[in-house]
Order: sequence, then C-alpha cells, then structure tokens
Amino acid sequence: MVNRVVVGAHYGLRDWLVQRVTAVVMALYCVVLAGWLLSQPYLNYDVWTALYSSQWMRIFTLLFLLSLFWHAWIGVRDVVMDYVKPAGVRLAIHVLVILALIVYSIWSVQILWGM
Amino acid sequence: MVATMRKERPKHLALHQINLPLPGIVSILHRISGLMLFLSLPMLLLMLQYSLASIETHTRLLELLAHPLSKLALTGLLWAFLHHFCAGIRYLAIDLHYVRSLEQARTSSKVVLAVSLALTVLLGAKLW
Repeated sequence: MVNRVVVGAHYGLRDWLVQRVTAVVMALYCVVLAGWLLSQPYLNYDVWTALYSSQWMRIFTLLFLLSLFWHAWIGVRDVVMDYVKPAGVRLAIHVLVILALIVYSIWSVQILWGM
Repeated sequence: MVATMRKERPKHLALHQINLPLPGIVSILHRISGLMLFLSLPMLLLMLQYSLASIETHTRLLELLAHPLSKLALTGLLWAFLHHFCAGIRYLAIDLHYVRSLEQARTSSKVVLAVSLALTVLLGAKLW
C-alpha cells in the first residue's frame, strides 16, 4: 500500500454529500407543491395562505429554503473558484454570497412566520 | 541542439474548434441555470412574501406578473429551474450507477435537454 499524504481542505466529501441531500429535500418539496397545485381546482389568496398557515408547511418550506441556500453556497462557491482568478475578487464575492444567504435565511423565517 | 529537440510548449488548444459533447452542454447549462436561479433569489423571496403577506400585496403581485416583461423573465426562470431540476436528477442517477455507458450518457443528456424544454413550453403556455 502506498503511504499517501492526504492534503487539501478536507471538505470535499462533506460538501458532495450536502449537495445531494439538499437536492433530494428540494426535489421532494417541489414534487409535493406541484402535486398540491395540480390538485386545486381554483387558486386564490385564501387557498394559498391556508396552505402556508399550517405549521408543517412552514417547517417544510423553511427546510426547503435552508437546503436551497446551503446548496446555492456550494454551487456558487465552486463556480467562482473555477472562473474568478484574482484572490481578492474571489474572496469579496464569497463574503457577499455568504452574507446574502444569511440575510435570506432570516428573511425566510420572517416571511413564513410573520404572514 | 537541445533547444531544437524540445517539445513545443506550452500547447495552445484551439478552443473554438473543439465541440463541447452533449453531456458537457448539459453540464455548463446546469451551472448557468443554477447561477440564474441564485441571482433571482431576492426577487423570488419577495414574490413569496407578496403572495402571502396580505390580500393587497397578493393582488399587486398578480398585477405586476401580468406584464409581458415579467412573463418573459418568469419563462426564463422556469426554464432555468426545469433544466437545473432535470440535470440534477440525471447527476443523482449517475451517482447511483444508473448511467454506465457513453451511449447512456448521451441519451440521458438528450432527455434532460428535451424534457426541460418541453415542460418550459407547456407550463410557459399556461403562464402566457
């Protein structure tokens, strides 16, 4: 056996797994929501808010949104690492993306529980 | 003497003459659609907020979305979502070893491109 020295940041496998787990959560949410939308004969404000007034739907939606933000972070980070060469610009974009996603997370809670 | 025997380096590939294979097209579109969806997140969250907050904001949102430019933007995002979704399912299938040969890789790429475009037309027609 070759005695290999493993180098690197060691987040590869974890992020690979996170990207897939969050994808499955989002896919499930989309299928459930699409199924609900198709089963409604008539859509209006009352029907729409009735769906989101249930605690289960709020939690499921927040789980979907947080999965989305985590998924987006890994995806955007990988794309930026591939195409943005100057380290300073890359760092600045990473910081902006992280801050935006934190704000979106807080905003999501506000949307779902403040309606 | 030594200089003449050296290989020509660096090599410059004529990128414009290299055709991206079909799975490569699906891959780059997966990145582009993902970026499109990420950049529209504030707008999409605002839409969710307007749709839920009150009957007034809900009505206002529907008015705004009735504009042809909004419909055009939404159709673009609809494609981005559907392509990202279908291509993502394909990647999960690859992880589960459902796609093994080059032939299957090409066929599944065609399916992803076709299904996402067909669904965009179908749902886009409903939108318009």
